[in-house]
Amino acid sequence: MADDLKELKIELSKNGIFTTTLEEVYNWGRKNSVWPLTFGLACCAIEMIATTMARYDLARFGAEVFRPSPRQADLIIVSGTVTKKMAPQVVRLYNQMPEPKYVIAMGACAISGGPFRDGYNVLKGIDRYIPVDVHIPGCPPRPEALIHAFMTLQKKIEAQHINGPDRPRHLHADQPSEFPVPAFGEHGLEPAQNLDVFTAAPNNPLKVIQ
Amino acid sequence: MTALPAQQAPLAGGPGLPPVEDIKAKIEAGVPGAVVAVIHNASPSAQHSLLLDAEHARDVALFLRDHPDLRLDYCSLMTGVDWLDTETTEKVKVKKVVDGPDGSQQETEVEEVRKTKHPGYLEAVYHLFSMEKKHGPVILRLRTANRTDQTHLPSLTPVWRSAEFQEREAFDLYGIIFDGHPDLRRILMWDGFVDHPMRKDYVPPADDALHPGVHA
Repeated sequence: MADDLKELKIELSKNGIFTTTLEEVYNWGRKNSVWPLTFGLACCAIEMIATTMARYDLARFGAEVFRPSPRQADLIIVSGTVTKKMAPQVVRLYNQMPEPKYVIAMGACAISGGPFRDGYNVLKGIDRYIPVDVHIPGCPPRPEALIHAFMTLQKKIEAQHINGPDRPRHLHADQPSEFPVPAFGEHGLEPAQNLDVFTAAPNNPLKVIQ
Repeated sequence: MTALPAQQAPLAGGPGLPPVEDIKAKIEAGVPGAVVAVIHNASPSAQHSLLLDAEHARDVALFLRDHPDLRLDYCSLMTGVDWLDTETTEKVKVKKVVDGPDGSQQETEVEEVRKTKHPGYLEAVYHLFSMEKKHGPVILRLRTANRTDQTHLPSLTPVWRSAEFQEREAFDLYGIIFDGHPDLRRILMWDGFVDHPMRKDYVPPADDALHPGVHA
């Protein structure tokens, strides 16, 4: 059915009739105006800043408007080492963002703890507490890698349906838009991960077996 | 190729800084009752340090700060060191009376292995310089009685204000309790945290779900 519509659309456009769908216009607008949060944690933030400057010019992708308030941001780029002391604040900032919201985990530290993984003070990846849309490896990733992550996110936004069973999380009324903020425990953060989000955990019933 | 000129500049000290042995003698003359030991550093840096007794440490610090020849007015660094309990083994030759094969008693030399346990301690290290005299460093060490229940040391923050945050850090990460510190709270870890992560026997929590058993 969808293929038939697509063929019909192409056929019509050959005859000078332009057609579109609400979903396409909606996603086209969203993917070209992703406003990230002004938020940096470590050296990856310097690369993020470089990405927005003239040489790499993130404005080409409609994402140059870094918002200083989570209330106005669509995207949080977790750029750098998330310490255990900072992790509750990162989750809180994410919770304060309006839907639809996206997360890019930038760099080795944000995706896994990186070189500090075995340290006592560093979170072993922000995907333990909030759902991450795009992971970028690298230490730090070059601006090109961040731009690639942006383009990946744009493709992801473009492919999201506004209705139907496979619509994204923020269009499901029964799925959460806020996630529990971890608490400071006597030995570390409690809980150590949120199993609703951290699907990579081996003991998680939601883990996809491949 | 001409040979490079030999470096004559001293690695430590300064034009007017007396050797540590002289500083030790000055302290013992100036602060009655103070027990000072020189700990030699055999490395090329030759930064020998002075081990002070905790009871007189505050008086010695004031003496070093105010002495007209030393004027150590600046504490550039304060850090902690964790020394674990150690055990040394030595072979000692002991004379023992042993029954011989023919039933007679003979005195022979027997080798015995003796194990001695040395209790560990926490150490606070201070690096002192003089802005006025442009010399330094003079290195002070203070040691706690053990690593478990007697971890008190006198705070030197009332003498050098720059030690405040660094003593808080040593309290946070090593568990050294500085008596007389104006604001002894954890500085890096949160208030409800109970461990001291820079101690050598610290075990991090088992929060690594991807590699279970690594931090058991």
